[in-house]
Amino acid sequence: MEKRPSTLLPRRSVLGGLAALPFLIPGRVSAASYAPLSFDDLYGKISVLGLEFSDKAKALSGKPVAMRGFMAPPLKAEAQFFVLTEIPMSICPFCSTDSDWPDNIVVVYLDSRQTFTQPNETIEVRGMLEVGSWTDPETGFLSRLRIRQADYEAV
Amino acid sequence: MRKLIAALVVSTVLAGAAQAANIYPLDRATILTGSPFDFKVEFSSVVKPEDVKVTVNGQDYKSALGKEAQFVAEEKNKDKVLGSAVILRGVTIANAGDYKVEVTAGSETKSATWNVYGTAAAPKAKNIIFLLGDGLSVAHRTGARIMSKGMTEGKANGRLNMDDLDHMAFIGTSSTEAIATDSANTMSAYMTGHKSAVNALGVYGDRTPDAFDDPKVETIAEALRRQTKKSIGIVSGSELQDATPAALAAHTRKRAEKAEIVGMLFDVKPDVLLGGGSAYFLPKETAGSKRKDDKDYIKIFKDAGYTLATDKNELAQAAGSNTGKILGLFHPANMDATLDRDFLKKGTVDKFPNQPGLVDMTKVALDNLGKNPEGFFLMVEGASIDKMSHPLDWERALFETIEFDKVVGVAREFQKAHPDTLIVVTGDHTHGVSIIGTIDDDKPGTEMREKVGTYAEAGFPNYEDKNGDGYPDRVDVSRRLAIFANNGPDHYETFRPKLDGPFVPAIQNEKKEYVANEEYKNVPGAVFVQGNIPKSGDTGVHAVDDEVLQAAGPGAEGFHGYMEQSDVYKVLADTFALGVKQTN
Repeated sequence: MEKRPSTLLPRRSVLGGLAALPFLIPGRVSAASYAPLSFDDLYGKISVLGLEFSDKAKALSGKPVAMRGFMAPPLKAEAQFFVLTEIPMSICPFCSTDSDWPDNIVVVYLDSRQTFTQPNETIEVRGMLEVGSWTDPETGFLSRLRIRQADYEAV
Repeated sequence: MRKLIAALVVSTVLAGAAQAANIYPLDRATILTGSPFDFKVEFSSVVKPEDVKVTVNGQDYKSALGKEAQFVAEEKNKDKVLGSAVILRGVTIANAGDYKVEVTAGSETKSATWNVYGTAAAPKAKNIIFLLGDGLSVAHRTGARIMSKGMTEGKANGRLNMDDLDHMAFIGTSSTEAIATDSANTMSAYMTGHKSAVNALGVYGDRTPDAFDDPKVETIAEALRRQTKKSIGIVSGSELQDATPAALAAHTRKRAEKAEIVGMLFDVKPDVLLGGGSAYFLPKETAGSKRKDDKDYIKIFKDAGYTLATDKNELAQAAGSNTGKILGLFHPANMDATLDRDFLKKGTVDKFPNQPGLVDMTKVALDNLGKNPEGFFLMVEGASIDKMSHPLDWERALFETIEFDKVVGVAREFQKAHPDTLIVVTGDHTHGVSIIGTIDDDKPGTEMREKVGTYAEAGFPNYEDKNGDGYPDRVDVSRRLAIFANNGPDHYETFRPKLDGPFVPAIQNEKKEYVANEEYKNVPGAVFVQGNIPKSGDTGVHAVDDEVLQAAGPGAEGFHGYMEQSDVYKVLADTFALGVKQTN
């Protein structure tokens, strides 16, 4: 895993959640502690009658993860979250009346505001994985997987 | 002439001076006798109820329509007052004829004339098989014929099944608000006899933001339930809540209300319901659900006596089980296209490897529905002709067309054994696509546009179908069809079939503009193509061009010349004599 630019650190708000992890350097999350997680890793069973989270996703719940994907254009510029997708979005479910999100999206809540990337650019998101249904109180957007206290960079 | 123009200008100005109300159904609406519809008048200002006067053929509306209307003092969009309205739901008119509706309130005045039509007393056919190639355009037919059958010295080496249907009409597909159109209002016009607005299903699009309060019209499934004991089948490769299958049952201004549309499909209980879109049947707690409530429509359908099938094997079992109603859900979203499903194994085929094709689904539907001595109405949609034409993936769209034509063949076989069956084959709208020649890899040079053969240089493609399955054995032959769209977003033209999965021509940037997908930038010979539609457009758009409709069997003689999409319903209703109660 490549070195992260120091401007993205420190991640003070992450500390509370991570304090229990023994290998943490105080004030920093070491790059090595972010478990790599891919879109293929998210679901163990995929069927017409529903998806089941994989053991890996369940085991990493509440833990720091690093995921690569593409940033879907945000709902609005000041939104607190964006949607991470496996492939660049060719449709806009926020704006089109008959478009749907893919079923394997991850919603990313940023620790602090960052500029949005170009859509053709692969990004790596790092933050705390949260597994289970949750509705964003501000937008009503229902998600099943989230990365919170996150930041990202282009790779 | 000059005087005439002057007079026209004056009358236009005068008409503009009086504030105009809207009447639904619109002027020139055609309405089946006895078919329920909602009557609504929208005034452009707030009016007093005592000032409202509504007459039908010169008489007070209450005697003509049989009910008293509800007066709405102020319709609103958020805080903005839109004006007063009069709404009368579930009206029926028993007798055929022209009905002139006149409305006045203060300075507002409007009139509309509806044509109420009856049908023959006796049905012409027992069954109707309505085959709808979504987005099916002339180029799809031509391309499917050349790809599937080949061509020698300018003559096709074989005919498509759809080539032998003996009645034809050109269909105008425009919506009530624009010359352009989408799959919601177009299929809704076929399935209700009323044209509507883009995104609307089974309703006229009114001005209020509520997607469920618009003036309703009756769908064919509802008319069949009201007047007959026929069975109903809906088969599609798309999500079953998608616009085309939904149009048989749904009433909403917004086709995107897919979770609600599942409930509307359940309300008419199609005897056979096969397709994708399971995500909208699952309660929200189930991962993969796209519902926002706890309704479990898998359970609700099962409790109502449906046998559930989730793949090809279960569909075969359900077909043999003789239990009656079948719900087949083979994908959480849209099913994969034929080229991916049966040949390249791309798209989501790795996750859902055992999806049935449209031919399998149609056969099961016909076996099941054909058991009803009262007959049936079956709608089969070749959905991905459109879904692959939008992203300019023409090879996939042509494979879909070949598959759709095989479904026409299955229907024609059924018709041979059951001649009291009307078959209609059409699309809901066209795409801006044409075949202009061939692309020949063996032409000299590296620049791909120099390998495009036009006029005599086009020659003939070298697709082969040695195994006789109707599909070319290879799609990436060295001399293939040159198919281009006349519109689209910025994209890279690769001049080749997309073997790694469906084409994604453009992706969205943070300004919500669509930019060329750079995944195709480095394909050898790829060239950048500047888009010619607004940058908000993600893919190629529907064309306004007429649609071709073909038909065979009893009732087919009703299709000829130019017809509005809404006129097609009239032929269907007449073929089944839906103006007459047939429940013995």
